[in-house]
Amino acid sequence: MAEIVIDRVQKSFGATVALASVSLAVADGEFVALLGPSGCGKTTLLRIVAGLETQNEGRVLIGGKDVSALPPRARGIAMVFQNYAVFPHMDVRANIGFGLRMAGAERARIARQVERTAALLHLEPLLDRYPAQLSGGQRQRVAVARALAVEPQVLLMDEPLSNLDALLRLEMRAELKAILQEAGTTTLYVTHDQTEAMGLADRIAILQGGHIVQTDRPTILYRHPATRFVGGFIGSPPMNFLSTEASGGHVGLGTLRLACPRANGPVLLGLRPEDATLGEDGMAFELAVIEPMGSHALLTGRVGGQMMRVVAPPDTAAKPGDTLHLRPDPARVVWMDATTGEAITA
Amino acid sequence: MTARRLFFLAGVVTLCAWVLVPLYLIALAATGGSGVVHAWPKPFLPTGTLAATLAPLARFLSIAGVWPALLTSVETALVCVAISLALGLPAGYALARFRFRGAVLFRVLVLMTRAFPVAILALPLAVTFIRLGLYDTPVGVGLMHTALALPFTILVSASLFQAIPAELEEASWVFGCSRLGAFRHVVMPLALPGIAAAATFAFVISWNEVFAASVLTVRHRTLTAYLLAILPESPLNVQFTGAFLLVIPSVLFIFLVRRRLFSIWGIANR
Repeated sequence: MAEIVIDRVQKSFGATVALASVSLAVADGEFVALLGPSGCGKTTLLRIVAGLETQNEGRVLIGGKDVSALPPRARGIAMVFQNYAVFPHMDVRANIGFGLRMAGAERARIARQVERTAALLHLEPLLDRYPAQLSGGQRQRVAVARALAVEPQVLLMDEPLSNLDALLRLEMRAELKAILQEAGTTTLYVTHDQTEAMGLADRIAILQGGHIVQTDRPTILYRHPATRFVGGFIGSPPMNFLSTEASGGHVGLGTLRLACPRANGPVLLGLRPEDATLGEDGMAFELAVIEPMGSHALLTGRVGGQMMRVVAPPDTAAKPGDTLHLRPDPARVVWMDATTGEAITA
Repeated sequence: MTARRLFFLAGVVTLCAWVLVPLYLIALAATGGSGVVHAWPKPFLPTGTLAATLAPLARFLSIAGVWPALLTSVETALVCVAISLALGLPAGYALARFRFRGAVLFRVLVLMTRAFPVAILALPLAVTFIRLGLYDTPVGVGLMHTALALPFTILVSASLFQAIPAELEEASWVFGCSRLGAFRHVVMPLALPGIAAAATFAFVISWNEVFAASVLTVRHRTLTAYLLAILPESPLNVQFTGAFLLVIPSVLFIFLVRRRLFSIWGIANR
């Protein structure tokens, strides 16, 4: 078990900057997700930690040891690849035992570890099969078992669930979380799926254009996004943003007056779809579409000409064209600078 | 049956006949003795007993010098295979895995070596080989044949390695392999059938090559070169027997690795 310290790592491919001086610390036993849209540098960062890519500047420390110049095999890591990368010419048993075999472990220990991890991932009946005879979900399990069998200090995962179908992904997600919690392995997990990151991670680091924009616990990221990008990226449906004008420390929305940390000038009001209630008064909301989702109804409409989505009770009786009234929860509203998109702290 | 289908079948029959009829006639003449070579119409199957059929083959193999020449051919082909693989596999791996300046140019240059006629290569080589003491040796001819086989080995192994996902190699690095270990434990086992096919192909190229072998040897001739030298004075049926025995290994090898070669060359065969 060990912590990971990524210290001002910078990487560019030719003229393209993939990572611009990124720093991140993952505590011992912690599960951190690297979350961001495609091309944000999250996979590059993971590959640098793995030693599959070399940074131009900066260091990577694992368990207090500088591993920047070490090859992958000397870093005490294990990795689960996006396409699983299960060896097709070895059966499941040999795949799971591969890492230990390469490390020159005793036969008895390898057999014991293979049995143990296979049991953990429900692979016992498949031990003598070849990858070609397995389904995608089973191959994924083999890849995870192969990584856990070496009892790594650090586990790196590169979108391990993205190739599974939706139902299986949900199932594997819960299973993975249970297994990793039990193993207590320090984990760095790359994903572009925010629900996956929210569900699995202790902390999430959000990457955008080669920068880490915000690193925090999922609930805090959700409630207090550091930038407009984070608010829009996390949450489904995403946070709403209304361009407004503050005057005298307040913002007027219809009949509502909300206290604003900035005295005057243009500001962005960020509001989660579930943080507004429908009522008799408040800001006017012209309903355009209503989508009954079962557990709730999703309303899409306009407030002062700006698009907005609101989550309402499932029995909401309204039809497109109606004008409803919304009351945002003042405690839940976030304010952002209209030009930089960064959160304004009171 | 539609005209389209008829056309297709006619094409198949023509192509098969193109290859099989000469082989059949060679086999017939090789086993039938002098009578069959000149007979018309030819019998559909060899006439005599099995012993009589095989007798010309045995007689041919008892010609003085055939066995040593056969041995030289095998030695030469093995030299060609060994050097082709030793140089071709790393080159193919580099082409498949690394992006380097001039990779495309390198590919073209590799193919360009085949643009030179063998005669142009063989004659100056004879002079050089005499100076180096490689003249009239299996190693010398093997080197020459390597020049012919290497482009195929390089390009074939490049596409072989390309077909192996880089992630598999990376996974083996992560799980404790050095680059060399990854090659041994992961890349090599996966590429082995293809490498065997490439080796077979190099063997056949060397086995069939006659011009350079004739120019570069005097007394230690390969089988093809030896036969070329002695057969013009032999009766026709003996020539056919020689041709038949020469063609068998090539046909057999190519048949064994056909599916591999097809998939390597990107020809859909299913």
